[in-house]
Amino acid sequence: MTEPLLRAINTGKIYPGGIEALRNANLTIEKGEFVCLIGASGCGKSTLLRMIAGFETPTSGQIVMRGREVSGPGPDRGMVFQDYGLFPWLTVRGNIAFGPIARGKPKAEAAETAARFVSMMGLDRFADSYPHQLSGGMKQRVAIGRVLANDAHLALMDEPFGALDAMTRERLQEELLTIWRATGLSVVFVTHSLEEAILLADRVVVMSPGPGRIVAEERISLERPRDVSSPAFNDIRRHLASLLHTDHEKEAA
Amino acid sequence: MSETAERVSIAPAPCIDVTPLLRIVVPVVLLGLWWAGTASHPGGLIPSPQEVGTALWDLAFGGINDDAFSQMLLPDLIASASRVYGAFLLAAALALPLGMLIGRLRIVKEMLEPTLQLLRPVPVTAWLPLSMIMFGIGPKSAFFLVALGSFYPILINTIFAVRSVEPRLFEAAQMLGVSPARLFPKVVLPASLPGMFTGLRLGLGLAWVVIVVGEMTGVQTGLGAMIMDARQLSRTEIVIAGMAIIGVAGFLSDYAVVALGRRLLAWSPQHG
Repeated sequence: MTEPLLRAINTGKIYPGGIEALRNANLTIEKGEFVCLIGASGCGKSTLLRMIAGFETPTSGQIVMRGREVSGPGPDRGMVFQDYGLFPWLTVRGNIAFGPIARGKPKAEAAETAARFVSMMGLDRFADSYPHQLSGGMKQRVAIGRVLANDAHLALMDEPFGALDAMTRERLQEELLTIWRATGLSVVFVTHSLEEAILLADRVVVMSPGPGRIVAEERISLERPRDVSSPAFNDIRRHLASLLHTDHEKEAA
Repeated sequence: MSETAERVSIAPAPCIDVTPLLRIVVPVVLLGLWWAGTASHPGGLIPSPQEVGTALWDLAFGGINDDAFSQMLLPDLIASASRVYGAFLLAAALALPLGMLIGRLRIVKEMLEPTLQLLRPVPVTAWLPLSMIMFGIGPKSAFFLVALGSFYPILINTIFAVRSVEPRLFEAAQMLGVSPARLFPKVVLPASLPGMFTGLRLGLGLAWVVIVVGEMTGVQTGLGAMIMDARQLSRTEIVIAGMAIIGVAGFLSDYAVVALGRRLLAWSPQHG
């Protein structure tokens, strides 16, 4: 068997002060896979994502990306933040070209790459706009575009559509799936919406708080495009909801 | 009434814009009050607007009084402006790098911040006697005092600007491949430009405020010197004319800086 793209091995995180954010998490991401992490707040899903990104270090266990232990942030793991994190002093084009330039690509090549991803994200008309002139949906397109333009192997998305209105959210979900299929990108996507997780993911990882941990993994084999109102979709939703809830009841008992 | 107000707020360009009118209401009223006040007390200690106007004309072009003040507007203005900008540039050259170091390096902050904060409340006027001892009577003292006056707003704003860079931007830069050593030029510097710019604007404004005090140190030229000389000769109309010239010069200088900021910082919602 070939080495998976990413493995979290018995990964745990205890913050100074003794709060255990994550305990003993084991997770494998295969190349090209779309995995959603879902759970209530405090379940450690964002902590796990931030450790994969290299922004935080595990206090136990390790995270291995393509055979090498993760020791810090790097361009092979691109992050899409809920609050965008765009550079306000750069135009849309400049934000998307930022990664290639930071990695030392020649100016002309960076500009060409940026132009390609500006088009792919449907941002041609806004290429020379600054972030403060864009809507939330547009900003998130830029954020996704700059990760793609940087040849990331793995896109880490932390509730990227959480701050958007329902219509924009649906459109971006659709576009994300199109891009994912076209590029063969691997995605770890954190959400607290069951519907979003089932709509997008190959695999849903259910997490639970107190201490944060992985409680279940569910492969979603519904055919795409998925119909959120179909009975099959609802069955899965009910099943995952029960997984999320039984655990809460155990917690309360 | 309400219709006009609405028009102004939604579509300022093509229709009648009352903004210039709004802007001159207060100055015109103040001028009127001044005129009325002096007209009812002829021969009082405060000169009338007409007298000040005449003094301004004589300061600019001469031909009325033909005394020591005639035609001195331009030379005095140039002397003051060169001190203001020179001292401001010196202050900026010191305060910008110092502020960046204090804002980002703990060791520099611990070493310098207490001293600088202790010296900060000391007003420029209190430095005047000491500065005359250190730099002698003359333009060097004036230069020092003006630089001191504009140093602190630049320093404080720079420290604040480099300290308050959004942590998210560091994460974004790092995940895109920027090494920790290059975060300063790639993120801190551009992100804190608007804050530094605010400091520079305040610093330049204060330089114009301090110039009169600075030129009390016995310099021969400059608007401050002119006001001091006029005061000793009880030429109050010259004093007021000098005040007006400083006001207008400071205003135009600020206007130019703001226009420059608008061009350079088009990306910033506060400036663009």
